[in-house]
Amino acid sequence: MTDLVLEAVSYRYPGGVDPALDGIELRIAAGERVALIGQNGSGKTTLVRHLNGLLRPGNGRVLHDGNDVASRTVAQLARSVGLVFQDPDRQIFAGSLRAEVEFGPRNLGMHGAELRAAVDEALAAVGLEADAGTNPYDLGASRRKLLALASVQAMRTPVLVLDEPTTGQDLRGVAIVRGVIEEAHAAGRTVIAISHDMGFVAESFDRVVVLRDGRVVLDGTPGSVFGESSWEALRSTYLEPPLPAVIGARLGLGATPTDATLIAELGSAAVARG
Amino acid sequence: MLTLESVTYRYAGAPRASLHEVSIELRDGEVVGLVGASESGKTTVCLVASGLAPRSVGGTLTGRLLLDGVDAAPLAMYQLAARVGIAFASPATQLSGVAGTVYEEVAFGPMNLGLPLPEVIERTDAALASLRIEALAARDPARLSGGQQQLVAIAGLLALRPAHLVLDEPTAQLDPAGTAMVAQALASLAGNGASILVAEQKTDLLAEICSRVVVLDAGGLALDGPALEVLADPRLEELGVAPPSPVRLDRAAHAAGLPAATQGQLAEALAG
Repeated sequence: MTDLVLEAVSYRYPGGVDPALDGIELRIAAGERVALIGQNGSGKTTLVRHLNGLLRPGNGRVLHDGNDVASRTVAQLARSVGLVFQDPDRQIFAGSLRAEVEFGPRNLGMHGAELRAAVDEALAAVGLEADAGTNPYDLGASRRKLLALASVQAMRTPVLVLDEPTTGQDLRGVAIVRGVIEEAHAAGRTVIAISHDMGFVAESFDRVVVLRDGRVVLDGTPGSVFGESSWEALRSTYLEPPLPAVIGARLGLGATPTDATLIAELGSAAVARG
Repeated sequence: MLTLESVTYRYAGAPRASLHEVSIELRDGEVVGLVGASESGKTTVCLVASGLAPRSVGGTLTGRLLLDGVDAAPLAMYQLAARVGIAFASPATQLSGVAGTVYEEVAFGPMNLGLPLPEVIERTDAALASLRIEALAARDPARLSGGQQQLVAIAGLLALRPAHLVLDEPTAQLDPAGTAMVAQALASLAGNGASILVAEQKTDLLAEICSRVVVLDAGGLALDGPALEVLADPRLEELGVAPPSPVRLDRAAHAAGLPAATQGQLAEALAG
C-alpha cells in the first residue's frame, strides 16, 4: 500500500516560461480512485509523471508513505507506481503480446508459474488472451492501448496511473477499462486517471481533482465537483459537467453526476409526488 | 463532393479485405460522421478517402475514389494533397517535425502549396485564431501537451483550406473546450462548401455537427442516414457504438419504468 503526497510541488519545463505545476498540494490515500481533469496544458500529465519519478519537482517534495522519493530511481519507484501512457506506441517495443506484458513483472523479479499467471490474467482482463503470440503492431490502435494497460496491470503495482485510458475505445473497450479499474480497486490498489471523458470520470471514480494552470482548483466527490455550485469554477477551466448533472440541476434534483443517480433521483421524486 | 464508389480494400499481406464494397458520398458543405466498433474499418476508410491507400500505404483496392466526380487514382500526390486534407488520430504522426515554432508548423502546408507570402500569413493567422491558439505561436510544437499538439495539427490542415477533409478522431486528446472549437471550425469550413468526413467515438459531438452518420461493421456499411436518426438507432450499441448522452438517458428512464409524466419531464429537460 502506498500513500502519495505532493507537498508544494512546482515544476517548470526547461525553457518554459510559465510553471507547468505551481505549488501543488495533494494527498492521495492508498485505495482511492482519483480522476484528474483540466484543460489541455493544465499540468495533468506533468503531475502524474512526478508520481513515479519521471519528472522531479523543481520545488517541493513527493512522498511515498511519508518518505521523500528524491533519492529513489525511476526503476525503484516503478515498483510502487505503474504508469500507462496516453500514446501506447511510446511504451510498446516487444515482438509479441506475451513478451510485451512479461517485461514489467519480470523486471520486478517475477518468474516461472507466477509470471505466466500474471501475464495470462492481465491479457485476459483486456480481452487479448487469444492474441498472446501476435505482434503488437498487428493490432489496431485501440487494442494496442489495451495492451499497454495490460502490461502495466501485470506488474500489480500498489498504484495504477492511467493517462486518458478511454480515448479511442469503443463501447466494449470502455467497458474493459472500467473493469480493470474496478478490479484494481477491489484489490485495494490506488487508481489515478487523467481523462476528458466526464461521464467516465463521474461513473468510475470517487474523487475528482481539477487542475488549472498547474494548480488544484477543485477537489471533491463527482457529486460536488460536477454539482451546480462548482460550475463556475469548472467552466473557468473550460470544462463542462456531464449531461446528467446538468439535467438534475435543471429539474432541481441535487447531485446527479451519473445516469444511474439521475434516474434514481427522478424515480424517488416521482414516488414522493405520488 | 467526395465519393467512395463500392470500395473493397485489402492491406498488403493481409489475409482478408478490411473494407467490403463500401460506398459513401459526401456532398459539398456536408459533415458526415463515421462510427463503428474498434477495427471495423474507420481508419481504413479515412486512408482510402484521403487517397493515401493504396497510393502510400500499399495494398489492393477495387472500386473508386472520386473527387468532384473525377477519379483520383491518376492524380499525382501533390495534386491530391491540394484537394484532400487528412488529420490522423495521433498528432505525432501529423506534425512535420521540421518546424521550430507553432507558427511555422501551421504555415508549412500553405508554404508548400507555393502560395504568395501575404496569403500564407493571412491563412496561418486565421487558422490559429479559429482554434484560439494564437498564444502558442512562438512555442516549440514538440514541447506542447498532447491536446495542444492536436490543435496545432488541425490548424495546419485548416490553413490548407482543403475542399475535402478527412479527420480520424480529431478530438481524441482534446478537452471539451478544444473539442467545441474544432467542431465550430469544421462547421465553418463546411459552410464554405467543403465536404468533411469525421471518424469519431464521441457521438455527442457528431450529433452536434453532422448532417449524416455512417456506421461500419466488420468493414461493411451497416447504417447510413440522417445523423439524429442513425445515432438513435437501437442497433447502434450492438454495433459497438455508444449512443449520445441524451439518447442514453432517455432509454435508461424508459428501462427503469419511470412514470410517463416523469419521462416527459426528462425529455423536456433534455430538449431545453
